[in-house]
Amino acid sequence: MASATLSTPAKAGIRAPAVPAWVWALPPVALLALVFLYPLALVVQQSFQPDTGGTSIRPYADVFASEAFREALWTTVWLALASTAGCLVLGFVLALVIAFVPFPGARAVSRFVDVFLSFPSFLITLALLFIYGTVGMANGLWTDVTGAAEGPFRFLTTPWGVLLAEITYFTPFVMRPLLAAFSQLDTAQLEAASSLGARAPRIVRQVILPEALPALASGGSLVLVLCLNEFGIVLFTGAKDVTTLPMLVYGKAILESDYPGACVVAVVNVLISVGLYGLYRVVSRRAGA
Amino acid sequence: MLVHSRKAKWAVWALFLLLFLPLFALPLLVVLGASFATNWSSVLPSGPTTANYEAATRGEALQALTTSLVTALTASLLALAAGTWAALAAAALKRRSRKVMDALFVLPVAVPSVVVGLAILVAFSQPPVLLNGTRWIVIIAHTVLVTAFAYQSVSAAITRLDPAYEQAAASLGAGPAQVLWRVKLPLLLPSLTAAAGLCFALSMGELSATMMLYPPDWTPLPVLIHASTDRGALFTGSAIAVVLMAATLLVLLAVSRIRTRASYR
Repeated sequence: MASATLSTPAKAGIRAPAVPAWVWALPPVALLALVFLYPLALVVQQSFQPDTGGTSIRPYADVFASEAFREALWTTVWLALASTAGCLVLGFVLALVIAFVPFPGARAVSRFVDVFLSFPSFLITLALLFIYGTVGMANGLWTDVTGAAEGPFRFLTTPWGVLLAEITYFTPFVMRPLLAAFSQLDTAQLEAASSLGARAPRIVRQVILPEALPALASGGSLVLVLCLNEFGIVLFTGAKDVTTLPMLVYGKAILESDYPGACVVAVVNVLISVGLYGLYRVVSRRAGA
Repeated sequence: MLVHSRKAKWAVWALFLLLFLPLFALPLLVVLGASFATNWSSVLPSGPTTANYEAATRGEALQALTTSLVTALTASLLALAAGTWAALAAAALKRRSRKVMDALFVLPVAVPSVVVGLAILVAFSQPPVLLNGTRWIVIIAHTVLVTAFAYQSVSAAITRLDPAYEQAAASLGAGPAQVLWRVKLPLLLPSLTAAAGLCFALSMGELSATMMLYPPDWTPLPVLIHASTDRGALFTGSAIAVVLMAATLLVLLAVSRIRTRASYR
């Protein structure tokens, strides 16, 4: 390096940097540690410090013993799993039609899917209030047609309303990687399969699905973790009987000012989502490519 | 390709529309329709009005719009700088340390944003750094949340980058700084602007972490939409939501224009 002068510039290229590469990685990592890792560590620390002082596992015992926590845990997990399953099925079907049974405007639809991704999730719940709310579109149609005083749709404040909103909002997250994968699939394969006598369901099962597995796995893992962590949709539903772990964290910290309790729920939530995400990544890497 | 008979094609398209329209197109149309209405007790909204927009573009709503724009702009620029730096530094590392770096910077996606909010609230409500009650705590939270996305998209772009360009530049005598500034960053520019757009959109719609730590004088649009709908002002809330969507789309459009201009270079 010392011999590298302007006359022999080739030696001074990127292969002999003045500082080792890891030094350049230090500033961003230090920044991340300051604004993310250190705060996260404090949450873990505070989860062991009850309001009465000292260090104990008392907050954990209290939280685990409460009915509200166990119910929130169960609601969070089954809602996330059901939403992911719904998104995968729906996203696969819709992407299949856009890619392989193209219609005029299919391109506009896939552009619309991209736009959809840039909107916040709570808009869906807001819209569902107008569609299926007590005085919304569906119930209005019902009362207009049948003359009844009230419509039959009142599932919005139940977990089913949250499920519908999550499937609606997160399906595009599955469609996008799928559409990208489908665009690289050689259509000659489909023509060959079809000319050999395979019908559409069989082509989907034996040609398209294997190609789509990695995209399904990555989209599914992202949706699973986003559903586990979803807050806006549940908050806007405004239902007392639908409490998920993120809602519980918010309720304990902001509404009840019970910080140790909130930190305990937060630690559990982080463990579940990071754990499931990691597990899913490992499994999908094995199953997929 | 997949379905050949005309009849079957129409059946598939009908099924597609039946699924797609009510699930994806209807919600956006409904919010748009509600924003121009005063009442919705039948199939269609009634009482056309623009009063919701008058409420949504003055006073606290206007302030919330500027708050959101400033927060999203600051957070996405900070996230872009930090994420790009981290991605470039990670690309120069050995395989194992690069994996560690990837995991570290993707972690904020896997951690619930409510927990990110709680963590930042806990950390910056106590010495040595007291930020609770200032706008910076909101901006920091947004930056943490979107940096992960900036890092991911920039590092994906770096792996697609053809190393021949930087090698050619280096062999012609360009130093590392010159290679970075004159070769790598211009080649990455399309992905950088795409990442900036993504970060901006995410920050504009961020609600979870913001709900945990926003001070009264720094209320972004999503919080205001929640406040409106929570007290029953659904139609004003819809108008503010339309303003939020329009502002996001306008900025995304502007950013995509930068991208197309860059790709002709």
